[in-house]
Amino acid sequence: MPALIELTDFSKTYNSGEVQVHAVKNVSIKIEPGEFVAIMGASGSGKSTMMNTLGCLDRPTGGKFHFDGVDVMGLNRDELADLRNKKIGFVFQGFNLLARSTALENIELPMLYMRPSIPGSEQVERATKALGKVGLAERGDHRPSQLSGGQQQRVAIARALVNEPRLLLADEPTGNLDTQTSIEIMGVFQELNRAGMTIVMVTHELDIARFCKRNVVMRDGRIVNDNPVVDPFDATTQLQKLRAEQAAVNLAP
Amino acid sequence: MIIIATIRMALRALRRNTLRTLLTMLGIIIGVASVIAMISIGNGARAQIEAQIASLGQNVILVMSGNISRGGFGMGFGSAGTLTKDDLEAMGKDVEGVSGLSPEVRGNAQVVFGNQNIQTSIIGVSPDYAAVRSWTFTSGENFTEQDVRSANKVALIGKTTATTLFGDGDAIGQIIRVKNAPFTIVGLLGPKGSSANGGDQDDVIMIPWTSAMKRITGGTTFRAFSVQAAESGKVPQLQSDLTDLLRQRHRIQEGRDDDFFIRTQQEITERATATSDTMTSLLGAIAGVSLLVGGIGVMNIMLVSVTERTREIGVRMAVGARGRDILLQFLIEALVLSLVGGAIGVALGIGTSQAISIWKGWTTLISTTSIFLAFSSSAAIGIFFGFYPAKKASQLDPIEALRFD
Repeated sequence: MPALIELTDFSKTYNSGEVQVHAVKNVSIKIEPGEFVAIMGASGSGKSTMMNTLGCLDRPTGGKFHFDGVDVMGLNRDELADLRNKKIGFVFQGFNLLARSTALENIELPMLYMRPSIPGSEQVERATKALGKVGLAERGDHRPSQLSGGQQQRVAIARALVNEPRLLLADEPTGNLDTQTSIEIMGVFQELNRAGMTIVMVTHELDIARFCKRNVVMRDGRIVNDNPVVDPFDATTQLQKLRAEQAAVNLAP
Repeated sequence: MIIIATIRMALRALRRNTLRTLLTMLGIIIGVASVIAMISIGNGARAQIEAQIASLGQNVILVMSGNISRGGFGMGFGSAGTLTKDDLEAMGKDVEGVSGLSPEVRGNAQVVFGNQNIQTSIIGVSPDYAAVRSWTFTSGENFTEQDVRSANKVALIGKTTATTLFGDGDAIGQIIRVKNAPFTIVGLLGPKGSSANGGDQDDVIMIPWTSAMKRITGGTTFRAFSVQAAESGKVPQLQSDLTDLLRQRHRIQEGRDDDFFIRTQQEITERATATSDTMTSLLGAIAGVSLLVGGIGVMNIMLVSVTERTREIGVRMAVGARGRDILLQFLIEALVLSLVGGAIGVALGIGTSQAISIWKGWTTLISTTSIFLAFSSSAAIGIFFGFYPAKKASQLDPIEALRFD
């Protein structure tokens, strides 16, 4: 099976005025289907650039990039948009849901831009199914403001899944959530991963990275560490542990 | 992307900030409403003038006696007295395509009936006059050629004069004294209303022209002829035939000016409506400017909206919206804004023009053309002024847009 993502000698240079900023320098990485990768690093390490490139929001200025067998370097703006629409699901730190639209309408959003388009009834059907997958089947007509942070992130995940992408790309998905909700969201990811979804996640929290199967650490635009996670956390177990601790705190005199 | 979904999206976006949407629309609403109201006033004025001129009669050519000026003062049409009885006979015999012909002698005279004593205008005409100039008869009948030949003392009376003299009583058969001569009323004319210059056309008494020359003016020349062409297509031909005939009869040499005026009804109409058309264009132009200002308001608010929704644009692009999809979304939003504003404006414009016609008593005429024009220009304004903000939105970099707060 070919790699889902194959970045070779990838570099990205920004021209900010007269100074050239090398955000990422000669990085090569392969991600196979079914992987669950955390990309870690401090700010300025190049992980955001890495993320934008993997999400096909931006193209490398040097090197080669194949996504699911497609040479991304040769694609124009519209072709990149179509590629994102079909093959990539995005989950953001700030959820980025449309505030005035219901959960279902938010999930339908990627289907609006499908080419060829699909009928409205099928859109509703698929959105409802995606919402069920993240455990919010009853909340379809709620607006984001009527949902908790964790629920909003679940809606965002459902939106990312609705076009059945090859890759789920999450940018600090737990950054705005408390510990318990974070673990719950990681549970959703782990479940999706077990069902075969390839997931790449950017985070700076070590605890969260422990839920992934592979950790890539970046510093100053290079990969400094790329190792499988030994004995990754399981969300269900971690949740039980957390609840037990909370119960102990509550029982304490 | 499906257009209907985009329109629904646009409506939702506009509902998001109702007050702002309404204020933005207000520019378009006022613009469209004023275009429609102004044009309806202009058209109303034009229609009124045309109706007045139509009351001259169908396919009428007016031949008026030349004017003379003494010491720099124009004495008015007909004062030169160049139109004679011989001219009248010649026109009746030598010119083809005439279906009606009447001379006109005019004067003012004292009219007495019982204890009523009024001053009114007396027109001396032939029996053709009523038909040529579209007069109808409410009761009684026209006088005859025989009455003209014998200079009989018979009269037709206008509605206003009849009401003044007889009140509600029957006019037919009454004997009035015009300059002390007793005239018998044989016909009561139907009402025509006011003329183009505001005079009351119904304040009139018509008598045979022979009687008028003998008893009223004492002259031997006519003020004017009303000639009716048999077919509307023959009007220009008839006009030039009449000109040739009169020039020949009056022995006017080549290169000299006519000693009479000849005008077709169409020329009179054109002259009178030119002024009202100028007014209409002027009012329309002023209203158009306010529509333009409304359009700039739309552009302003769309620019604000694009900035506010940068993040949303970023999300849409991330999930696969092409630049064109974003462009279309904002363009449709601007279009919906101006079309809804336009629709409200049309309703308001119709209401305003009706209010004006009720309160001010002006004739207003709402034309479908002006509604179509105002509505489609509001659509055009939406597209024109919405394009720049929409283009700006479509060219955003998704990464920058997602990072925007």
